Amino acid sequence: MATTTRRRAKPAENAAPEPTQEELLHYYKEMLLIRRFEEKAGQLYGMGLIGGFCHLYIGQEAVVVGMQAAQLPGDSVITSYRDHGHMLACGMDAKGVMAELTGRAGGYSKGKGGSMHMFSREKNFYGGHGIVGAQTPIGTGLAFAHKYKKDGCIDVCYLGDGAVNQGQVYESFNMAALWKLPVIYVIENNKYAMGTSQQRASAGELYLRGSAYGIPGKQVNGMDVLEVKKAADEAVAYVRGGNGPMILEMKTYRYRGHSMSDPAKYRTKEEVNKMRSEYDCIDHLKSLLFTKGYADEESLKVIDRDVKAVVTEAADFATTSPEPDASELWTDILVEA
Amino acid sequence: MPIDILMPALSPTMTEGKLAKWVKKEGDTIKAGDVIAEIETDKATMEVEAVDEGTLAKILVPEGTENVAVNTAIALLAGEGESASDVSAAKGASNTPSAPKTEPAQGEAAVTPKEEASKAAPAAPAVKAPVAPPPSDEDRFFKNTQTMTVREALRDAMAEEMRKDGSVFVMGEEVAEYQGAYKVTQGLLQEFGPDRVIDTPITEHGFAGLAVGAAFGGLRPVVEFMTFNFSMQAIDHIINSAAKTLYMSGGQMGCPIVFRGPNGAAARVAAQHSQEYSSWYAHIPGLKVVSPYSAADAKGLLKAAIRDPNPVVFLENEILYGHSFEVPTDPDFIIPIGRAKIERAGTDVTITAFSLQVGMALAAADKLAEQGISAEVINLRSIRPLDVHTIVESVKKTNRLVSVEEGWPFAGIGAEMSAVMMEHAFDYLDAPVVRVHGKDVPMPYAANLEKLALPQVDDVVTAAKAVLYR
Repeated sequence: MATTTRRRAKPAENAAPEPTQEELLHYYKEMLLIRRFEEKAGQLYGMGLIGGFCHLYIGQEAVVVGMQAAQLPGDSVITSYRDHGHMLACGMDAKGVMAELTGRAGGYSKGKGGSMHMFSREKNFYGGHGIVGAQTPIGTGLAFAHKYKKDGCIDVCYLGDGAVNQGQVYESFNMAALWKLPVIYVIENNKYAMGTSQQRASAGELYLRGSAYGIPGKQVNGMDVLEVKKAADEAVAYVRGGNGPMILEMKTYRYRGHSMSDPAKYRTKEEVNKMRSEYDCIDHLKSLLFTKGYADEESLKVIDRDVKAVVTEAADFATTSPEPDASELWTDILVEA
Repeated sequence: MPIDILMPALSPTMTEGKLAKWVKKEGDTIKAGDVIAEIETDKATMEVEAVDEGTLAKILVPEGTENVAVNTAIALLAGEGESASDVSAAKGASNTPSAPKTEPAQGEAAVTPKEEASKAAPAAPAVKAPVAPPPSDEDRFFKNTQTMTVREALRDAMAEEMRKDGSVFVMGEEVAEYQGAYKVTQGLLQEFGPDRVIDTPITEHGFAGLAVGAAFGGLRPVVEFMTFNFSMQAIDHIINSAAKTLYMSGGQMGCPIVFRGPNGAAARVAAQHSQEYSSWYAHIPGLKVVSPYSAADAKGLLKAAIRDPNPVVFLENEILYGHSFEVPTDPDFIIPIGRAKIERAGTDVTITAFSLQVGMALAAADKLAEQGISAEVINLRSIRPLDVHTIVESVKKTNRLVSVEEGWPFAGIGAEMSAVMMEHAFDYLDAPVVRVHGKDVPMPYAANLEKLALPQVDDVVTAAKAVLYR
């Protein structure tokens, strides 16, 4: 059987090369794209152009951008319903994502999936899952398929601090550890499962939730893209090296409500404002770029304009793409053999 | 041009709300993402964030205003190079709500799905005349047969497909070293090794989800539930993950997977271990559901299920595992999913059944023959898609239908049969459909009660005579 030999990523501790100007600017642009995209999605929702549930990723951008930077082509990604950022980070087209949000024919799922259900085989993005925790065994199964096919790839399976209390997560941890499956479980701990804080829902530390299964876990500052990238490099090397799964708990924060209709009664405005003003991942990287002399106000403005153009184009496409043809009601129920 | 800031909706059902508070005031510089105002409904409050940059030129709706309609302009934002006074001069202090702004651009104003929703959906295929089942040449394979049990036929089907396709693997509790809790996977571990015949922990929800992920990842899992009673632990993945993802992905994410195992009552294991799931799974668009009777059914249908690009729920029966039937020896023998089989031709009454109940129906047909009644027995084999064509053609001839199933009556397969008759054979019926089914109670343990709870041959005979008014 032909097996692909892959260059094993070096653990960051050994090498820890300084991120280049190009890399830092790439992270900045990716994070900004997600933020501007989500702000636009919020606006379109407010105008009634996006319906149903819409879970925005604003505040958490560093997690997915840092993780994605450590992956190789072919690695699969799966997540829950707060998924727009993951899709953009995987390289999916902003137009197709936004058009799915507006339920149009040009959307990734032809308008039949919506915000929580989008996929791209081409970009190895396996959804977009609406049932809390359900992506965890599915992601573990994607890792199983990587191992079965010996393709040298890994799966990155995101789950929230709410999902970690679902039983199927531990069923997955057990099998992943037993069978040494190549999967990184990225727990995006944004402190609130809907309106229930971690303290009120979860006993113990989340990064230790795999310890009984012998799964190493690490807590990471998820508001800093460079710390995320460093932890991701180590985890990717460990997992790709055939050592079995690993858990990364990303301490992060969502600025917006759980979904669009959020009473905002479960946390204080002061808390949200403090996170936004003191810990914002984009502001943080911006200062770093200035300090290192890698960018100035003018050069970042160019990036801002580029990002804005992508988002505007996506919104235009999403509002002008036609609704799916009525005949689509009856397609894609079964694969015709 | 100044930009209108519109009253946003908190939810698709919201039409108006209260503008509770202005966080920014006229003249303030605004960056994208800044909170500019707060709005309230009886359900929730929300912060309105700016999407565009500029200067808050004019507040059009003062704070504290109730019943502000969604998409009303609540403020004007002056862009770069515009001054607040320009805006005031141009727009005046009008409080008149202006039309939804630039998104989506001009003219072709926002056509919301709601406005379009009045368009009639195309008629459901279900109301069309029943289509003929997929063609099959299965009969020609019966020239050369061998006698084997249902258990052996299932094992051979898996082994043949595993030899043919390296992406097929079997997983479940006790499928490998134990050789199968009911010995269905006997010998597979020895032939295919532990990478393809995988013992799982007792973790149905987890391994069903894992197998769905493996199917998304390009493999063809055959998942054994020790019995289908335990599939309820996993039903979220069978329905939400396996059955619906193709649709939700616009056709990208097929899920070629088989969930198989014994279904229904075995003997004396009481309510939690004696449940029949055909109508549960047949309810779901995106699933195929098959339930074999004979060893030939078992082999031909399981091979078809493994080759099928869709999720297939394959409902076996523990009591049938040890029953022997003639099975074609040709490895190319396959039964396409969606074809019923006329097990016994007759003219006076049609009896439909599946799985173990086919044997019950055949025994009843023998008894009816003794009384001069010619019953036609249809082995459904495939529950979804249902071979409506074969059933309707039979009823056109007999004008009477008895539906037999082991499961409960409410919303069961017999209820579906009745609906099929109403839709497709109403004018051919000479009597109302009669359903024979398990009694509408949890399965009792006591031997006498268990027997009372399950359909018996005499129940089928009585039903057939009832529709014949005899």
